[in-house]
Amino acid sequence: MSGATTPSTGAGAPSEPAQGERSWPLWEVFVRGKRGLSHVHVGSLHAPDAELALRNARDVYTRRQEGVSIWVVKADDVTASSPSEKDSFFDPAGDKIYRHPTFYDVPEDVEYL
Amino acid sequence: MYGNDVIDPNEPLNAAETADYDAAAEHDDQRDGRDAVGDDFDALLAADQRIEPRDAMPDDYRETLIRQIAQHAHSEIIGMQPEGNWITRAPSLRRKAILIAKVQDEAGHGLYLYSAAETLGIDRQELLERLHDGKQKYSSIFNYPTLTWADCGAIGWLVDGAAIMNQVPLCRCSYGPYARAMVRVCKEESFHQRQGFEILWNLMRGTESQKAMAQDAADRWWWPALAMFGPPDTGEAAKGGHTEQSMAWGIKRFSNDDLRQKFVDMMVPQAEKLGIVLPDPELRWNDERGHWDFGEIDWDEFWQVLRGDGPCNAERIEHRRRAHDEGAWVREAANAYAAKQATREREQQQQKESAA
Ligand SMILES: [Fe+2]
Ligand SMILES: [Fe+2]
Repeated sequence: MSGATTPSTGAGAPSEPAQGERSWPLWEVFVRGKRGLSHVHVGSLHAPDAELALRNARDVYTRRQEGVSIWVVKADDVTASSPSEKDSFFDPAGDKIYRHPTFYDVPEDVEYL
Repeated sequence: MYGNDVIDPNEPLNAAETADYDAAAEHDDQRDGRDAVGDDFDALLAADQRIEPRDAMPDDYRETLIRQIAQHAHSEIIGMQPEGNWITRAPSLRRKAILIAKVQDEAGHGLYLYSAAETLGIDRQELLERLHDGKQKYSSIFNYPTLTWADCGAIGWLVDGAAIMNQVPLCRCSYGPYARAMVRVCKEESFHQRQGFEILWNLMRGTESQKAMAQDAADRWWWPALAMFGPPDTGEAAKGGHTEQSMAWGIKRFSNDDLRQKFVDMMVPQAEKLGIVLPDPELRWNDERGHWDFGEIDWDEFWQVLRGDGPCNAERIEHRRRAHDEGAWVREAANAYAAKQATREREQQQQKESAA
């Protein structure tokens, strides 16, 4: 998954509702499917506080025992890299192919290498 | 709605995901093609790569998606009403528990979809207002009433069945958050259709009046279910519709007519198995086409219901509004509680700091 640290709202999303009620903050939900796996981003939801975000996440994202542990993080607290800077941001790794094992020429008949 | 990585991508979503779906919607997720094609919208589409929320995209694409996803989300939550109507009258505790779970799933589907729409920069509150004000539509099918218990069976079997047929290709839609929401939805829909089939299966093995009840429900839901795929959009009818553009954008993968045909082909043998006679005298196997021929859909009725003149349009929106308004105090209370907790935490923090 590529969007693990991207908040669900796009850049420039309106955070205030059109009128009337205050919208609850957006929370990003991460679920550990089972022991031995990392928490993985599964979606988002609105909730007034962390405790309710957690309860709602349980009801929405683990109704069929899809998880053994849940994290909720306020979407506003997620800092994401920007797609427009993508090239320059990730460029430094581009020319360092010697970081990969396949870069090296070694004789074929060497075992366990 | 973002990921679905807790779901195994290699497992078929449900019975409607057949080999030709996969072939037509071939999506090479394994390949690291994204870097090869760069971030240009058209290049990404051409390479059948996903568009993600903060990517640059044409305004029309964004607007089309917001409208479609919102309409889809509205359908999920309005769709809770026809069956919700039977929760207190379900014939057994088992059926009641199942029905509650199903209706709860539909609420969840609504949430996944509203979340996906929000990634495009719109607030859920605003989408709900558009629904309540009649500025945005939901699927016409939910404007028909649920008159007997058998309607819960017919809805699961036919309406969820048609929804699955529509939704499986959307799992390969070009917009990432929408596609991922659909994967989760499709997984959950399988149970909906099977429980509906089971209701009808049991009724068809019951008394004469139970059989008649099942047949009557199928009679009433069959044609509206066929209309769920939308107006004809192939041949002459392709002109002036949205299908072509949506296909070019990778939002739509099959025409309405194709999906409807697939649905009919899938349902005819199932109806036979149930012992239900589908209410179409023109239904017959066409050897040449390799498909079932079926009769003309009443599109006047479809447009009439869509315009607001269906049996339950006013009732559905009125109920939805009331539920929203009557829930206001809960939302306010939750806000007040959250504010109080936050103040308390701040105070405790300050006390700790001044004590240190
Ligand atoms: Fe649904
Ligand atoms: Fe459903």
